[in-house]
Amino acid sequence: MKFVDEFRSGEVAKRVAEQIAGLAEPGRNYKFMEVCGGHTHTIYKHGVEDLLPPEIELVHGPGCPVCVIPMGRQDDAIAIAKRPEVIFTTFGDMMRVPASQGSLLDAKASGADVRMVYSPLDALRIARENPDREVVFFAIGFETTTPSTAVTLLRARAEGITNFSLFANHVTIIPAIRSILDSPDLRLNGFIGPGHVSTVIGTRPYEFISRDYDLPIAVSGFEPLDILQGVYMLMRQLAEGRSEVENQYSRVVREEGNPLALKAIAETMELRTTFEWRGLGFISQSALKLRDELAVWDAEVRYDIPGVRVADPKACQCGEVLKGVIKPWQCKVFGTSCTPDRPIGTCMVSSEGACAAYYNYGRHAGRRTPEPASVA
Amino acid sequence: MSRSEEDVLDAIERRRRRPHVKLMDQQITLAHGAGGKSSHTLIEMVFRRAFTNPALDALGDSALLQVEGTAPRLAFTTDASVVKPRFFPGGDIGELAVNGTVNDLAMAGARPLWLSASFILEEGLATAELERIAQSMAGAAARAGVAIVTGDTKVVERGKADGLYITTAGVGVHERDIVLAPEQVRSGDKVIVSGTLGDHGMAIMVARGELELETDLRSDTASVNELTAALLDATDEVRWLRDPTRGGLATVLAELALATELAVDLDEAALPIRPEVHGACEILGIDPLYVANEGKLVAVVGPAGVEAALAALRGHPLGGDAAVVGELREDPTAPGMVLLNTAFGGNRVVDMLAGDPLPRIC
Repeated sequence: MKFVDEFRSGEVAKRVAEQIAGLAEPGRNYKFMEVCGGHTHTIYKHGVEDLLPPEIELVHGPGCPVCVIPMGRQDDAIAIAKRPEVIFTTFGDMMRVPASQGSLLDAKASGADVRMVYSPLDALRIARENPDREVVFFAIGFETTTPSTAVTLLRARAEGITNFSLFANHVTIIPAIRSILDSPDLRLNGFIGPGHVSTVIGTRPYEFISRDYDLPIAVSGFEPLDILQGVYMLMRQLAEGRSEVENQYSRVVREEGNPLALKAIAETMELRTTFEWRGLGFISQSALKLRDELAVWDAEVRYDIPGVRVADPKACQCGEVLKGVIKPWQCKVFGTSCTPDRPIGTCMVSSEGACAAYYNYGRHAGRRTPEPASVA
Repeated sequence: MSRSEEDVLDAIERRRRRPHVKLMDQQITLAHGAGGKSSHTLIEMVFRRAFTNPALDALGDSALLQVEGTAPRLAFTTDASVVKPRFFPGGDIGELAVNGTVNDLAMAGARPLWLSASFILEEGLATAELERIAQSMAGAAARAGVAIVTGDTKVVERGKADGLYITTAGVGVHERDIVLAPEQVRSGDKVIVSGTLGDHGMAIMVARGELELETDLRSDTASVNELTAALLDATDEVRWLRDPTRGGLATVLAELALATELAVDLDEAALPIRPEVHGACEILGIDPLYVANEGKLVAVVGPAGVEAALAALRGHPLGGDAAVVGELREDPTAPGMVLLNTAFGGNRVVDMLAGDPLPRIC
C-alpha cells in the first residue's frame, strides 16, 4: 500500500500542521466546511482534527449521499423491493436506512429479494442472469457515482436488457452548496471541495463561491494528508486576503473535469425541476432523472410508487447536522436513542454520515484533555 | 438547557454499560449473525435469559465444567459453520468447522480432545463434494490432535440449505493452573496478536467473486491449540485469550475494555496487516480491525512476560508475525474504551461492530 501510505505519513503531517498553526491569527476563529462525506469519514478515522490548532473548526456539510435521501424516497424504494417479481439491488449502506416502516434489511427478512451490490453493473449482470425477474437498482449518489449509473444504462440499452430498471436518486452538489451559503445560520470561512465529484465536474463550477460569496475553496483528495493540505491552502488564502478556487487534488482533478463522464450523464439523464433533500428541503434543479426516451429503464415510470413526502421522525435532527448548524453530539437523540446499531436518522447509518463518523471514531475527542504546554 | 459534549459522551458510556432490557427487533436479520452489537443483544435477551447458569454466564469461548469430586476441569464448546462459498482459497467449510471449535477450546486454556460433527445436507449435494469436505475435516482434526468421535446427519429439501451446514462441538481438558479472564487483566498489560489481521474475512469476500478483484488472499483458517500451548508454556503472565473471529480484533477488545473498565490503547502502525488485505479493505471501505480471523489469537500479557510470549509465538509456524499492538491502561477520561493512535498522528475510538458488512463468513 505504498501509494496510500505516502498520504498518511505522520512525519509529513506534523510539518504541515505546524505550517497551518503558523498561519492562524491568534484570537481569530476559522470555520471550514468539508462538503463531501468521504472527507468527514477520513477526518474522524485518522484523527485529522487532533493536528489542527484550536482556532480551526471543521464543519461537516451535506455531502454524504446516503444521508441526503429523504424518508419518502426510502419508502418508495421499499415499496418497489416488496414486489414479488422484483430483485432489488442496492449499495450496502442503504439497506440499513430506516424508513417509515422498517428498513430494506427488514423488508429482506420479511421475504423481499434485496441484494447488496458494489456497482450498478453488478445489478445489470443479475438482470442478465435472471431473465424471468425484474431487477431494479437503487441509484444514489452525487456526480461521483452518476457516471457509472449512466454507463450501466447505456449498456442496458445497447444489449436490449429490458428486465432492468433504475430508481434514480442522483443529486448534484452545486445547488446544495449554494443552499448552504444562502442559509443564514452559518458563518463559514471556506470550503474543502469534494475531490471525487470534482474529477467529474471539474473545478470551474465552484467559481461562484469565490466570485459571489468571497470565500476560498480548496478541492481536496481523501487521504488525511490531502485534507490537511487543503486546510493549509485555505489558511494561506485567508492570510493573503485571497478567495479563489484552488485544486489540492491535481493528481486526479482537472479544471474541465471528465468530459466523457459528463457526456454519458447528459445522454441518459436530465435535471429534475426540484428534488427533496433530507434537511435542506426542496432544492430546485438539484437532482437528475432519466431522460424520457429511456423511460423503459425508469423504475419510477414502470412501478406505481407511493411518492409521498414523509417528514423525518420528530426527534431526528439530521437536517441540522447536514447543514452544519449543529454538531452530531448536539442532536437530542445522538448516542442514546440513535446509535449505529439502532439508527433513527441517515447520518447515523452511513459511514460517511457525520453522526456515525463521530460516534464510531471521534467521540473521545471531546473528553481529551489538551496536552499541557511544554515548559522550556 | 442544552447539554454539553461531555454530558452527551457520559450518557453514551452509561448506555453502553446498561444491561439489555429487551430485544427490540421484531424478526431476525443478518445483523444478528454478524458478531457485533446485534448478536450480543440476541444472545443476552434470548439465549442467556432462557438458559442462564454459572458456566454459561461466564460467556467465555468455552464453558469450563467440573464433575464433582474429579479433576481436571473440562472445557466444552460448540460452533456452527455456514460459510459461503463452501470452498475458498486457504480452506473449506469442513476445515473451518473443526478449527473453530478447537480454537474455542484452546482460548479457554484447555487441551482439545474430542469433537462431534452434525451435518445438515441439502438434497442434491454431490457426494464427491461431501467426501472431499469429510477428508478435509479429518486432516484438520489430525493436525490439531483431536478425534471426531460422534455425529449426526440430516437431509433437507433442495433450496432449504446452502449445500451443507456443519455444527461441531468439542471437549477438552483444562490442566493448567491458570485463570484466563478479564478480572486478571491489569493496567500496564500488553495486547499481543499472533499474526496478520483480516485474512479470512477478506479472502471470503474475494472468493465470492462479487468484487471482480484478483488477489492472492488466503484464509488463515488453522487450529491454534499448539500455538496457544507454546505461549502458555513460555510464560505464566498470560491473563486473557480470545480468537478474533467475527467482528475482528476491534470487537473482542471492545468487550475486554468494557469488562475491565480499563482503556485499551492500540497503535495503528504496529498492527500486522498484509498489504493485499489492506488494499482490498481500502477499496471496499472496510476497516481491517473488524474483519474476521480464523487462525489467530489475541493475548493480554503482563509486562514481565511479553518477551517470552513473543518469542514463543514467533517460534511457531502460525505465529511468525506476532506483535505487540497495544496496552491496557487506567484512563479516567476513557474507561472501558478502545482508542487507536493513528499512524497519521491522530487518535480515535474503536467500538464494537454495528451492522453487517460481511455476512456468512464462517
